[in-house]
Amino acid sequence: MGALTDLDLSALWVSVRLATVTVIVLLIVGTPLAWWLAHTRSRIRPVIEAMVALPIVLPPTVLGFYILVALGPYGPLGRLADFSLAFTFTGLVIASVFYSVPFVIQPLQSAFEAVGTAPLEAAWSLRASRWDAFLTVISPIALRGYISAIVLGFAHTMGEFGVVLMVGGSIPGETRVLSTTIFEHVEVMEYAQAHAISAFMLAFSFLVLLAVYVTNRRFPIHVS
Amino acid sequence: MSRLLARFDVRFPTFHLNVDLDVPVSGITAIFGPSGSGKTTLLRCLAGLERAPNGFMQFGNDVWQDEKMGSCLPLYKRPIGYVFQEPRLFPHYNVRANLLYGYHRISSGERRIAIEQVVEILGIGHLLERHIHKLSGGEQQRVAIGRALLTSPKLLLLDEPLASLDIQRKQELLPFILRLRQDLAIPVIYVSHAISEILQLSDRVALLKDGTLAGVGSLSEVLTSLKFRGGFGSHRVGAILDAHVARHEPQYGLTQLEFSGQHLFVPLHPSAIGQSVRVHILSSDVSLAIGKSNAPTSVLNVLAATVQEIREIDHSSVEILLDIGAPLVAGITRKSLVLLGLKPGDRVFAHIKTVALNEEITD
Repeated sequence: MGALTDLDLSALWVSVRLATVTVIVLLIVGTPLAWWLAHTRSRIRPVIEAMVALPIVLPPTVLGFYILVALGPYGPLGRLADFSLAFTFTGLVIASVFYSVPFVIQPLQSAFEAVGTAPLEAAWSLRASRWDAFLTVISPIALRGYISAIVLGFAHTMGEFGVVLMVGGSIPGETRVLSTTIFEHVEVMEYAQAHAISAFMLAFSFLVLLAVYVTNRRFPIHVS
Repeated sequence: MSRLLARFDVRFPTFHLNVDLDVPVSGITAIFGPSGSGKTTLLRCLAGLERAPNGFMQFGNDVWQDEKMGSCLPLYKRPIGYVFQEPRLFPHYNVRANLLYGYHRISSGERRIAIEQVVEILGIGHLLERHIHKLSGGEQQRVAIGRALLTSPKLLLLDEPLASLDIQRKQELLPFILRLRQDLAIPVIYVSHAISEILQLSDRVALLKDGTLAGVGSLSEVLTSLKFRGGFGSHRVGAILDAHVARHEPQYGLTQLEFSGQHLFVPLHPSAIGQSVRVHILSSDVSLAIGKSNAPTSVLNVLAATVQEIREIDHSSVEILLDIGAPLVAGITRKSLVLLGLKPGDRVFAHIKTVALNEEITD
């Protein structure tokens, strides 16, 4: 990695921080939402599911544009914060959360659907409160779903480009992430550095996915 | 004696449960009925897993649900042990951790049932360190029962705990359930659609049919109830006949009944002539003969019958489904079947040793 400059390393650090914070936020917000989606009989469920899946098909620039408007000084989120969140790390986190929603919600939802309500009812019958049952029975059984959600959410946030560029710009140390760094390097014909970071991203993404598939094999959860 | 009172009226898209249950809290109470009659739903309402909109439930002096007051105690706050149709063991724990899951969640003062006791009764001592997926179906269900018992429940709800097991495993598990009653004195509500289980286990029966209670009472009471005909099957009932009083023979102490052109003698009955009565015949009280109807016999009730179907019961006995203008089942030996050379379509005579009127039936 000798080709990496300090600027590249700071971009790596921003990327990692961004992905970590995004995944934590999504796990907190996404767990109840995924649980609801897995168990509700509500008629608006498909509407919510479609909204959750939207970032998969939407051009990142579209999503980025709307978030940029919302975060700006006259947008709802910007007013809430009393200053423009655009081109800040916080703004980037908000954008990433929206952008990576499906990658966290969908594995969790599938996992919760697979677990079903049977173990939950069994836990209740053994004096476990709702929280207790969720923490000691549901989440361990849904562990694979959580691993998938964390890994995919993290990797997807690491790899985002369009939204980041729209919402964050590429301010070094603040909103410049690895993917935008590659773009910057190519712009000024620094192919060696672009190669290094691209190769790193390629290897990283592959290893992450490999880890997901290996864990799915290695730790089969036996649901009787 | 304390009682369990429950009133539920719940409508589902395809099904309406409407019960008003009042049974003593002791022994084994069976909720019995055909598949789809609402047994599991009733049990789930009792546990608080389904919340009946206008429901009421009282266990002894404790009101667990009173929707008029807007109250419904969640399952985890009720002293109930629940064993589901499937074992529902926690796959990420071994047997011991499964057993202790509920045990650790009650205060030490509430622990009336010891681990050693449960392990001994259920015979699961050698399984404690095993993983759940290495257990057979019967072993899993025993662990599930043990896990529920270790919460020292005041009421144990069993939802067809034997349904997923083969016959041999069922016979293995039945004695364990009987020991619960004898050794631990926990009141049990036992859901089943298998009459053999009911006959072996229960002290009283609540018969559920299409979401409503068709009858509640002691086993013998309910077995003799006409309402049982639909759900009872042919296990012991030979026939349930709607007849009317044809004439009385007070000099012999007999009353003659008539149904579908056939006649039956029963002990002198107070009903007026023409009045309808319903009689039970146990399949074991029916024997068969071929030949003339006027062949001398001391049996009064000899009915012309046609063999409809022959059903093997076990190595030595068979059941013959007869048409006497109504279905009649005769339980005879396989040897008799061979000696008489019976086959479907044959015309025979059914000799009925005892005809019981509805109110005279005892188990």
